[in-house]
Amino acid sequence: MSVKTRTRRDILGTSALRPDAVPKVQGKFAFSSDLWAENMLWGATLRSPHAYARIVSIDTTAAWKIDGVECVLTHEDVPGKPTYGLIASDQPVLARDFVRYMGEPVVLVAGDHPETCRRALAAIKVEYEVLEPLVDPEKSIDLSVPPIHPDGNLIRRQQIIRGDQSLIGEVVVEGNYELGMQDQAFLGTEAALALPDPGGTGVELYVATQWLHEDRGQIAACLNLPEDKVRLVLGGVGGAFGAREDISLQVHSCLLALRTSRPVKMQYSRQESFFGHVHRHPARIWMRHHATKDGRLLRVEARVVMDGGAYASTSSAVLINAVTHVQGPYKCEHATVDGYAVRTNNPPCGAMRGFGVVQACFAHEGQMDKLALACGISPVDIRLINAMETGDRLITGQTILNSAPVAQCIRETAEIPMPPNMTNDTDVLAIPGGSGLTATPSKIRRGIGWGVSIKNLMYSEGFDDFSTARCTVEDGRVSLKFATSEVGQGFVTLAPQIARTVLGLDEVFIETIDTGIGSAGSTSASRQTWMSGGAVNGACKLVATNIIAEVAKMRGLDPSTLQIQGTDIVDLSGNAVESVVAATKGKRFSETYEFHHQPTGELDENGQGDCHTAFAFVAHRAVVDVDPDLGLVKVVQIATAQDVGRVLNPLSLLGQVEGGIAQGLGLAVMEEIIVENGRVRNPSFTDYLLPTALDAPDVIARYVEVPDPYAPLGAKGVGEPPCISVTPAIVAAIRDATGVDLLRVPVRPQDICL
Amino acid sequence: MSLENQSYTLRVNNKSLDVQDAWIGESLLYVLRERLGMPGAKGACEQGECGSCTVLLDGEAVCSCLVLAAAATDADIRTVESIGDGQTLSDVQQAFVESGAVQCGFCTPGLIVAVENLLTHNPRPTEMQVKEALSGNICRCTGYGRIFDAVSVAVARRTGVSQ
Ligand code: FES
Ligand code: FES
Repeated sequence: MSVKTRTRRDILGTSALRPDAVPKVQGKFAFSSDLWAENMLWGATLRSPHAYARIVSIDTTAAWKIDGVECVLTHEDVPGKPTYGLIASDQPVLARDFVRYMGEPVVLVAGDHPETCRRALAAIKVEYEVLEPLVDPEKSIDLSVPPIHPDGNLIRRQQIIRGDQSLIGEVVVEGNYELGMQDQAFLGTEAALALPDPGGTGVELYVATQWLHEDRGQIAACLNLPEDKVRLVLGGVGGAFGAREDISLQVHSCLLALRTSRPVKMQYSRQESFFGHVHRHPARIWMRHHATKDGRLLRVEARVVMDGGAYASTSSAVLINAVTHVQGPYKCEHATVDGYAVRTNNPPCGAMRGFGVVQACFAHEGQMDKLALACGISPVDIRLINAMETGDRLITGQTILNSAPVAQCIRETAEIPMPPNMTNDTDVLAIPGGSGLTATPSKIRRGIGWGVSIKNLMYSEGFDDFSTARCTVEDGRVSLKFATSEVGQGFVTLAPQIARTVLGLDEVFIETIDTGIGSAGSTSASRQTWMSGGAVNGACKLVATNIIAEVAKMRGLDPSTLQIQGTDIVDLSGNAVESVVAATKGKRFSETYEFHHQPTGELDENGQGDCHTAFAFVAHRAVVDVDPDLGLVKVVQIATAQDVGRVLNPLSLLGQVEGGIAQGLGLAVMEEIIVENGRVRNPSFTDYLLPTALDAPDVIARYVEVPDPYAPLGAKGVGEPPCISVTPAIVAAIRDATGVDLLRVPVRPQDICL
Repeated sequence: MSLENQSYTLRVNNKSLDVQDAWIGESLLYVLRERLGMPGAKGACEQGECGSCTVLLDGEAVCSCLVLAAAATDADIRTVESIGDGQTLSDVQQAFVESGAVQCGFCTPGLIVAVENLLTHNPRPTEMQVKEALSGNICRCTGYGRIFDAVSVAVARRTGVSQ
């Protein structure tokens, strides 16, 4: 697909280009890992080799003796709160009495060279009493194992009880679905540079993160410093996808810097990164769907078990997303749902793109296909018959007030032409097995599968979610200030587009992204276009009003007769009074705006309540080729139509869609962190397989534009939906090709051919 | 640091650069980034799997994370910093910017080197040749679609063939 990239003014709706793309292609953009300071030390972390053990003793003497080692710290050296965590503060800064997962941080060192640090880590002696790890989530639910953490083994249980609890459908289908643990695998590993204030009274941290202010609060508490003595600046971020929502090396690097009174840089290796951040929750989901014989969905029963690993992170919120999305984008009146997020000695899990909905969607879409089969109708028709609309009620009792063009997404996807069939001329690289030449082309089977999803946008359950932005106009130039993390998604492109559109000025600068202004909330939950976009829009509109008032005053006009159109201030008949550039010559206007979304409520014990604020929808159709002998899959084409509200930047949008689809493909057929008895077996890019250029399918995308009445720019978040229903669509296509009832992702070769 | 150290000279982007008293275990990636002030090459796996650290060694694309710096003293080393003239962008760089091939950008320098290298050896690659040539460069953000588009834009401009 080729994309038009230039228009006269880079306003909303155009494919404005990234302002940071030029330094990025030149290798000049400073990622957090590129930062450097005079007299800087390197920091490193000693991690637990055990999934569960009691710490008997820690002996750091030998490490201190190594030339070039400046500092060795244990839990005794944490001056403030000993724990951190996003929702519950349950994770030790450094392990004290127990280690609860393989890779848990135990000791920190700072030295003059990464190799010095590696040697120091090797010299530290930690004596462990190894314990039997709790790795079966069911044992955390039935409380048959003593608590592995003072907060207990059950992180959260939530039921949803709605309607007739004894209703039995004319058609009943059920299945047990399972998802493995996926890694965000952002390319730029965790990195930060901490600069101590003289006298240790404060610290400045340059860090790759999704949420500067949340980090700051947690860091300040652990350092026992007032928040205003901890300043965070966004270092260049090499992708995030949820993995930078939790604290990793933030507190550690500050501790080392404050203790040594020297700048300290920390950067995880890829292996350490696998242990250093939370992953997507592995899940086991049982579902039973009841329908009429013509395929109308009546009732969903589900049991959802999500393994949160050793520490809570965002598990409780991930669970709520999963249980409140089990019906999918379909009308359903009756529900019986039981959900658990549990603690085990497996790696901690938390946010990853799709946040709980990925898991629910894999199961409900498998169910819809079973229902279609049982009712003798097509996968497309079963979804169209049940497609949700604005005004429908969710199983939580919440009414969907947003635009909900589910049927349109499905129809538009179905209209996208199918890819050509494989021929004798098809390049071997395009068939399953690729250059391995393992497939007999005549035996390859093609399959088609569908997936449709609903995704909540922004934060839920009563959280006061907001973002802050300041707009300053001086001499015809705009500068924007916000704390919104740019992780690659393109808010630095969108924010100037908004300013140009509202203010009629073309020169827009983005000030340093740091904690020098109010919070923007996290770059997650598909929320920044709506939230920070809303804040920038609000601030720019206030400034526009001030500029118009000033022009009206100077010219003795009624300000209500003036507005900005294009780059001019015009009167009621559309005649230009003055250009905005001219009107702001020698003047300065500045306004700050805080945007809040529509408030949400809690769920009651029956899972009833208006807990989400907005929803987006998407449909995916996958075409795959499968070699049934070796169980190898080539995803040929993904067709998609996504409910986006309004397209603000076609080029950026396509990038989100294609990127999300690749991640969903990864979960479908490639990516899994393999954990055996609490031990991670494949923490490297050699053994954890990511989609490459040869795995990327052709993507054909359409956008359904029904402006959302609640969205400040009419646009919905677009980051998460692309990766959600593509996974079940691909698996459905493999089922279609092979006839094997695949209920687990990632689908492995042995699942297909053995 | 009392480690096993050595001094040597590397020839990078047509300049001879002295590396003083460096631990001999340092990779070329580390030396470029941490000692020679050229952080363009990125490290994302340090295992030869992701291509973020791609540089040219005597005209061949290599993973600089897998090359010992002290063993590269006789080589002609080219990094992303030598592409374009520092002010204007090369056609490949320009195509990446315009095609939306850059999101977080962490994979980008390695891809720029890989694509320049591909087009030097094969000015008119087929779609599959592009995919194969770039299959050692992992990008987690874009799903590769805009990267393929950027390559075809660059090829079209370089060969004077409109798309
Ligand atoms: S860092 Fe060298 S290939 Fe990944
Ligand atoms: S743009 Fe982020 S990894 Fe490629």
